[in-house]
Amino acid sequence: MSNHSEEVQHVDGATSLTFSKVWIVLLVLTGVEVFLAYEQLPTLIMLTSFLGLSIVKAALIIAYFMHLKFERLSLFLTLFPMLIFCIVLMLIFLGDASRIPVMRPPV
Amino acid sequence: MSSTQVTTMATSDWAGGRSPYATNSKKFGMWLFIISDALTFSALLFAYTYSRVSNPDWPKPFHFSPSIVFSSIMTFCLLSSSLTMVMGVHAMNHGNRKAAAGWILATMAGGAAFVVLHLTEWLNLINNEHVTPFDNPWGVPLFGGTFFALTGLHMTHVVIGLIYLAILCQAVLRGKFKAEDVEVGGLYWHFVDLVWMFIFPLVYLMSAKI
Repeated sequence: MSNHSEEVQHVDGATSLTFSKVWIVLLVLTGVEVFLAYEQLPTLIMLTSFLGLSIVKAALIIAYFMHLKFERLSLFLTLFPMLIFCIVLMLIFLGDASRIPVMRPPV
Repeated sequence: MSSTQVTTMATSDWAGGRSPYATNSKKFGMWLFIISDALTFSALLFAYTYSRVSNPDWPKPFHFSPSIVFSSIMTFCLLSSSLTMVMGVHAMNHGNRKAAAGWILATMAGGAAFVVLHLTEWLNLINNEHVTPFDNPWGVPLFGGTFFALTGLHMTHVVIGLIYLAILCQAVLRGKFKAEDVEVGGLYWHFVDLVWMFIFPLVYLMSAKI
């Protein structure tokens, strides 16, 4: 068997065209973020919009570029619920952070 | 135990003798590293955000030009390098080593452009806005501390990624390494891109000077 045929594996699940489409969507979403930054929105709305768009972009990168969409569900279930749970746990300190400006003694 | 149960256990993915994830150990190892590294970056992003929330006079030092323009181009460079990386993995999966090496080189060019632009942006902040990791003109030293820690760690990841890709590229050209090795390298590179998708809006765009 030649080296060439040894290397050929079963692949991808997605084509170059799919990857290019994902890349274009990611660029468009980035453009939307830059546009929103100059729209003078309230901070909370801006933060929520940015986080939402970033999560969509991250999901696209993980699903297509990192190939997770084409892996077994067991791999996703082993890795991501734990990650999301730990990240959500970090929100515990948000209350403390938002109280500090109120608690600071007047200068 | 009935014969049906025995058959079911023997063919189960979790019965042993095969990977329940249908993936090789290198790829699984890289995924575990990525998850733990994602937690490190999450902690730094939370530190930045909490510092910002607890300091109402948080500075907004990022002018449209050069900071936002540069960071937008840096985002474009990283996103494009992710596309070229996935094309490299695609080529390698089809046994085309020469094309794979070309795509990896293109990925490295995108990563190198990112580092050069980022260093230029850092120097602009340090020299023109007088922001350092310990001090700045607005009296909020936490800004410099968290900003440089977060973006510095990310840039370190990009530089390590460039070294990793260089090793991959020369090995692919010399007929060494398999497609799965390039795929594992690709996973790392996409993760670096993914982290920037959070840093760019949360650090740069949220503090754009309007």
